[in-house]
Amino acid sequence: MGLAKRIIPCLDVDNGRVVKGVKFLDIRDAGDPVEIARRYDEQGADEITFLDITASHEGRDTMVHTVEKMASQVFIPLTVGGGIRKLEDIRTMLNAGADKVSINTAAVFNPEFVGEAAAKFGSQCIVVAIDAKKVSAAGEPGRWEIFTHGGRKPTGLDAVEWAIKMVGLGAGEILLTSMDRDGTKNGFDLDVTRAISEAVAVPVIASGGVGNLQHLADGVTLGKADAVLAASIFHFGEYTVQQAKQFMAAQGIEMRLD
Amino acid sequence: MSKTTVAVIDYGMGNLHSAAKALEKVAPGAQVMVTADAGTILSADRVVFPGVGAIRDCMGEILRLGLDEVVREAAQSKPLLGICVGMQSLMTRSEENGGVDCLNLFAGQVKFFGDDLRDASGEKLKVPHMGWNQVQQTRSHPLWNGIADNARFYFVHSYYITLDDNNLMTGRCEYGVPFTAALGRENVFAVQFHPEKSQNAGLKLLQNFMEWDGQA
Repeated sequence: MGLAKRIIPCLDVDNGRVVKGVKFLDIRDAGDPVEIARRYDEQGADEITFLDITASHEGRDTMVHTVEKMASQVFIPLTVGGGIRKLEDIRTMLNAGADKVSINTAAVFNPEFVGEAAAKFGSQCIVVAIDAKKVSAAGEPGRWEIFTHGGRKPTGLDAVEWAIKMVGLGAGEILLTSMDRDGTKNGFDLDVTRAISEAVAVPVIASGGVGNLQHLADGVTLGKADAVLAASIFHFGEYTVQQAKQFMAAQGIEMRLD
Repeated sequence: MSKTTVAVIDYGMGNLHSAAKALEKVAPGAQVMVTADAGTILSADRVVFPGVGAIRDCMGEILRLGLDEVVREAAQSKPLLGICVGMQSLMTRSEENGGVDCLNLFAGQVKFFGDDLRDASGEKLKVPHMGWNQVQQTRSHPLWNGIADNARFYFVHSYYITLDDNNLMTGRCEYGVPFTAALGRENVFAVQFHPEKSQNAGLKLLQNFMEWDGQA
């Protein structure tokens, strides 16, 4: 009995459509984010994350409508990330029905933005996304740096110190993505996950690299993550969210199964 | 018969869209009004009092908009549901923000989970308490109808409620410390979790509220 660890399916949304491909046998239109979110909700997802990768301005308005539609149909928490740069962006998404926003690049270039956002809207809705890459050599104590631009640009910022700073400014949750593991299906970077989770008081979501259900369980048991985020293993129908929860529960992890 | 009406009190704190949408979902025939207007709130058949964010800001806006008297009056006359910081606002005092006096409709305190919160095995717990936790129904109540005991609801909070009179508790949760997850007295019910974000169990509670005659 106690607080359950969370499973959070993540959808990349471009101009109101899910990209990277999502395949459910019984869904006619696999590109509609609301339809897919509903399916994950039925499977027992604990939260949903929409990552808006739309470049254009018009596309961002589309995202607002998608969030509105989602919020009137799916009654679990929704986080929206991507392109959150101003207080106005946060207000727009919260008013549309998002429960949290995830701030990434804007935090790197303007850390005070996180403080302003938390003061204005409350820490409970401010997630700071951290893209970390290992920079220590094999055999050295682990060291990870923050990277921007999809893992291409180093910033010189130490990931653990950065996480502590973000929480100090008011981040209510950390979404940690390993840029070394993202897309590899080799599992989370458990070392950086544990290092950050043990360094901050707020919940940490592990992301990047999930290829099977054991990876999800390891993120919690070995990485000390409070929640695990995954995309492709659910999108391609390899596993349902419910299967993942049953698997983790069988390893003694507290999960919401009802 | 005219449509049943429910007012969701809007004092500028947080996302009321979700609460309104969830009420529309469970009570398609009802008129859901998101409003700060005293007349509208007091003429509604039932009232939802939500809230997120810091208590000082919440109480500040409640007082500035004159909603304290409105909530007091509603709490005497019709089914009222407090959610999260809305629930905390009903208490005597919160220790958040250096100490803030609340509406004192219920005698009790709002306390911080603490910087060194641990579970029974000594493992350090994260604050805020964020996610799905189990609620033990300490008393039968019409709002629990059809909801399994120990069902999970979605919580996000760093402060928790202790009642002076634990007989008013309707639901109990535990996160390092036991705390009041739900309380009820006559026509008032309040919950620390977010029913509008708690999937089936949360929607059922909201549906029960929309059908509740205010008798406990």
